[in-house]
Amino acid sequence: MLRFEAVGLRYERSGGRAGAPAGPEILHDISFRLEAGAFRWLLGPSGAGKTSLLRLLYLAVRPTRGRLTLLGTDVTTAPRRALPPLRRRIGVVFQDFRLLPHLSAFDNVALPLRIAGRPEGQVRADVGELLRWVGLSRHLEARPAELSGGEQQRVAIARAVIARPALLLADEPTGNLDDGQAERLMQLFKEMNRIGTTVIVATHNERLVGRHLAPALHIANGRLTGGGGPGGGAGEWPGGEDGE
Amino acid sequence: MISLRPAGFDDLGLRRALSDRMLPLLVAAMAFLAALAMAGWIGTAALSRHWQQGAGASLTVQVPQASELSAHRDQTRLAAVLALLTGTPGVASAHALSDQELTDLLKPWLGQGILYDGTERGTERLAMPIPAVIAVRLTGPGADLEPLARRIADAAPGTLVEDHGVWIRRLAVLARSLQACAGLALLLVAGVAAAVIAVATRAGLLTRREAIEIVHGLGGTDAYIAGRFAARATWLAAIGAAGGALVALPILLTLARMAAPFAGEPGSATDTLQDALGSLPAALWLALPCLPAGAAAIGFATAQGAVRRWLRRLP
Repeated sequence: MLRFEAVGLRYERSGGRAGAPAGPEILHDISFRLEAGAFRWLLGPSGAGKTSLLRLLYLAVRPTRGRLTLLGTDVTTAPRRALPPLRRRIGVVFQDFRLLPHLSAFDNVALPLRIAGRPEGQVRADVGELLRWVGLSRHLEARPAELSGGEQQRVAIARAVIARPALLLADEPTGNLDDGQAERLMQLFKEMNRIGTTVIVATHNERLVGRHLAPALHIANGRLTGGGGPGGGAGEWPGGEDGE
Repeated sequence: MISLRPAGFDDLGLRRALSDRMLPLLVAAMAFLAALAMAGWIGTAALSRHWQQGAGASLTVQVPQASELSAHRDQTRLAAVLALLTGTPGVASAHALSDQELTDLLKPWLGQGILYDGTERGTERLAMPIPAVIAVRLTGPGADLEPLARRIADAAPGTLVEDHGVWIRRLAVLARSLQACAGLALLLVAGVAAAVIAVATRAGLLTRREAIEIVHGLGGTDAYIAGRFAARATWLAAIGAAGGALVALPILLTLARMAAPFAGEPGSATDTLQDALGSLPAALWLALPCLPAGAAAIGFATAQGAVRRWLRRLP
């Protein structure tokens, strides 16, 4: 499903142009494996490399060394044109939502389906249903700026899961949510995980982690310090009722 | 795959990033210049063709002392030259101008003074020695007249064969030069239009960088993103060029009417719209719609190229 083998990452200093001098290495010798249907917390202090690890996972950057295999594709050597289809199988909830400000909530959520060329009838049905499910059925036409932080986050979450991704990544997804909404979000993640989606959630929210016990990847100073052992598959949640 | 995206779906926000004001206006100005250059090209070609078919296929022969005996002493010099001309292949007709025709021809320059005024009207005769003039029509331009001129000179020494071909050849060279200039102007205009569209596209890329990165991150391919930009640029360039061509049309019609007499078409006495529209060469009617089509093609290709090149910086 996904495999890191001694992966290192350093950013180039000026906008990724060829020949630009490379910056210091941000991630060092990351090695771990996750089977399909696994759930992992991604824990570590600020600046430890959580976001960089997620960026590798959602293919915003490629490793500078080592080997990374995602959804069966070696992305270190794959041609550039092989990456968009992979990205469509990965859902991401960003810390800053990254919604398109000029599009309505509906169109933001519909975007992954439209990029994938799904028929408009299916788009309308799926997006309408999901937005109803996250409690935004009365805000279909609202622009992100007209929505509260929590509502924007729900739009971002809906956009991440609308295409039923094989890998779901979330970076501090509960930052703008109250406890009730955070619980509801965890239920959604667990539901996605239960139907086979691999889920990785980076968070600082220790209470949330405490309520939903699951294996974790610990990262500090750009190195994996724990949780890099053999990756489990579906059925990560202890006791069937998710350790609540 | 058939895309069923709603028609107005503007995921990259290009309606504002590539605005419908500046770019179409600049392309319209380019199209206007291109229309003038095309008119120059087509007009020059038409005039050159007309001159070559008209004057290029004609010849003027001046025979001094026309009524004296020829070198062979069997007929007058004029008759000898006429006989030579009519017996030569490539000559369609040879017509010696009558005194009356000559008088009409010379009157504007020499006035009535050249006339010996006879006692009655209709008996006017030329009062000064004027060579006889033979207007010759050739079956086509480009005939080799050298042997004919030699034989005429043998029969009637001093006879002047004035070959218009020299002038026509010079005019043809001039026309070709003008056409080359018009072609160069067209190329330049196309180049500037491409540059304008490239600059606008790059500006659009910079203002929509975040949206592009989001769409790219959601699995949008280079073709998808470049296609969105290209569709917008194609539309704006086509609209602009159509506007430019429309603005150029009245000017071209006026020029065409002014040029009509030179191309051997009589200017119409009535000024109906139909006459005005009819005065434009058919080639130009075909060329004008090519302006929006050409601009659209330039817009599409330029935007595709610029966006795909820019997208290569993303993984």
